Amino acid sequence: MAEVLLNGISKSFAAAAAVSDLSLAIADGEFFVLLGPTGAGKTTTLRLIAGLEKADAGSISIAGRAVDGREPAARDVAFVFQQFALYPHLSVFDNLAFPLRSPAQRMPEDKIKIRVHEIAELLRIASKLGNKSTQLSGGEMQRVAIGRALVRRPSIYLMDEPLSSLDAKLRSDLRLELKRIQRELGATILYVTHDQTEAMTMADRIGVISQGRLIQVGAPRDVYENPQSIYVAQRLGQPQINLLPAGLLPTGPLPAGTRTIGARTEHIVIERSKKGEAVVDWIEHLGDQNRLHVMLGESRLTALITPDAKFQPNDHVSLRLVDPLCFDAAGERIT
Amino acid sequence: MAEIRVQNLQKKFGEFTAVNDLSFTIPDKSFFCLLGPSGCGKTTTLRMIAGLELPSSGSIFLGGEDVAFRRASERDIAFVFQLFALYPHMNVRQNIGFPLLCQRVPSREVMRRVEETAKLLRIDHVLDRPVSALAGGDRQRVALGRAIVRRPLVFLMDEPLGTLDTEFRDLMCEELRRLHDRIQATTVYVTHDQLEAMSMADYIAIMNRGAIEQLGTPQAIYDRPATTFVAEFVGSPAMNLIPVPASLAQGSTSVEISGARIDIPETREPALNGHFILGARPEHIQFDDASKFRGEVFGTEYLGTTQIVTVSIAQGQVKARIPASVKVIAGEQVGLSLMSERLSVFDKVTGRAIRSALHEGGAHG
Repeated sequence: MAEVLLNGISKSFAAAAAVSDLSLAIADGEFFVLLGPTGAGKTTTLRLIAGLEKADAGSISIAGRAVDGREPAARDVAFVFQQFALYPHLSVFDNLAFPLRSPAQRMPEDKIKIRVHEIAELLRIASKLGNKSTQLSGGEMQRVAIGRALVRRPSIYLMDEPLSSLDAKLRSDLRLELKRIQRELGATILYVTHDQTEAMTMADRIGVISQGRLIQVGAPRDVYENPQSIYVAQRLGQPQINLLPAGLLPTGPLPAGTRTIGARTEHIVIERSKKGEAVVDWIEHLGDQNRLHVMLGESRLTALITPDAKFQPNDHVSLRLVDPLCFDAAGERIT
Repeated sequence: MAEIRVQNLQKKFGEFTAVNDLSFTIPDKSFFCLLGPSGCGKTTTLRMIAGLELPSSGSIFLGGEDVAFRRASERDIAFVFQLFALYPHMNVRQNIGFPLLCQRVPSREVMRRVEETAKLLRIDHVLDRPVSALAGGDRQRVALGRAIVRRPLVFLMDEPLGTLDTEFRDLMCEELRRLHDRIQATTVYVTHDQLEAMSMADYIAIMNRGAIEQLGTPQAIYDRPATTFVAEFVGSPAMNLIPVPASLAQGSTSVEISGARIDIPETREPALNGHFILGARPEHIQFDDASKFRGEVFGTEYLGTTQIVTVSIAQGQVKARIPASVKVIAGEQVGLSLMSERLSVFDKVTGRAIRSALHEGGAHG
């Protein structure tokens, strides 16, 4: 395991810049998540580190060694792809052992056995080692695919949306497992996803990426509570942060230059009031919580309420904001 | 009038029974979700309503008429698959108008209805653009426009949002529901995503192995799951199911777990085979130092407004949803208290909910 440094890397495909001047230091043992929409440059960044693409500019070092120009096999990284591809004719054991049997590893068979069993225990698939990989459920297959990366001890694991093809329940189970495994192994992981829940729940630090540029880096709580721009504020939090023109609602004094107010659920106080200017538009029932959609003139606002709160469509409500986020005309945060 | 009534519907593929003796009614103008895991028979059911698949037996009444063995084209329905399939060589106007052209609607009428549809979906400003020049959201709206331009009595949708990014999916859920409120056509929507079903549906039918496990409003299903399958399938994270090795007499008002007494809604029937399951939603578990029901924090998942804390207890693991402002450390010993009036009790063998005071009054439905 080791530190990974990206220094000013850029990569274009024809005229389109996929990654622009991206610098990042991932610490030894860190779980780092790159969060961004489709086409933001996340996968390209992973592929540059792995050596599957060549950077146009900048340098990459892994464990203190510059790896620019090195073959993927010489970079000491393990890649987990979005679509798991297992060898269907091999057993789970042989699928897991495969990377260790490569000529580059030259690991003796008794050691391979120990390592495979260790990883299978960790991933809770030890009872399936004798199965053909085709006899597994989707979740088990993905565990084997992750396991095949984990049997090696590379400097860094690169993971490209490894959970996105699984159903919701499995995804939430594996999120917690992956985090636990990473802690137990002390592994360094760079994980890319468009799913904010994955980023929030697993990352030590999140890097928000857009159009090839890294926009903000920080611990999940830090990025959620202190976004530096409207763009970042909108990427985290469900329901999405409400954006309102300054002065629309009572807030107390605002910093000079505030144009837009960002209000998350926890910044909003809603009370039913006949004199309230806002009107309940509709209520979305999500079971554990309900989303209350409120219209205030032309502006719409969404807040979480408990199912016990008895609001009805067309109820008049008064709204007040407590410590909301303030943004200037350019969408940058001001405090 | 477009009520859909399905009666004793059955579909077999060789020896395999995909849909087993299904009966339910979809009220006129409602948004109805068929929810379940892959292979539960939800898509087969939808395809039989559409006429793309013939039932082995049973009837399907569409507005009072049995259409089970009619051709798809003789039913007044529109089917929406993955929304993104557009004709790349046509512009937006031609894409939306295509179904009408196929029905030989006069071109002036086509023009009028395409523009009306485009206005409804707020894409009237891009009507003459090629579809390849559109952003993802607008493409999706065009595909939707192509389905609604015919103004059918019934919409059938099969996981139309399946391939989208989560952020965009939230947005489309909201638009689909708003569209439904405006055009009021009976909609049957198939999905395996419980959040989609919860946020859009008037009624949800949860299917498992070709049969309906529970049919009801989203809140009723969430608050009072009829089986452990439903309890686990709806809600994220799922309902916590805690096995208790004891029988439960009718009229019980509390249970004992690891020496701690936990109050439950008074039971109206017994669970006598020596085992039952206590069900608690994550948001109905709170941290309480005074509680004798204890466990060790396994991990936390920060979600912004709230966090999910996984706690290891003697019976396995439970997940609690608590405010993100509470500091929780892995390895910490914590006491848990359960919100008594919200708890469910299930029979361990059949998986069915034991009737209790929870099922009366429906105060939270």
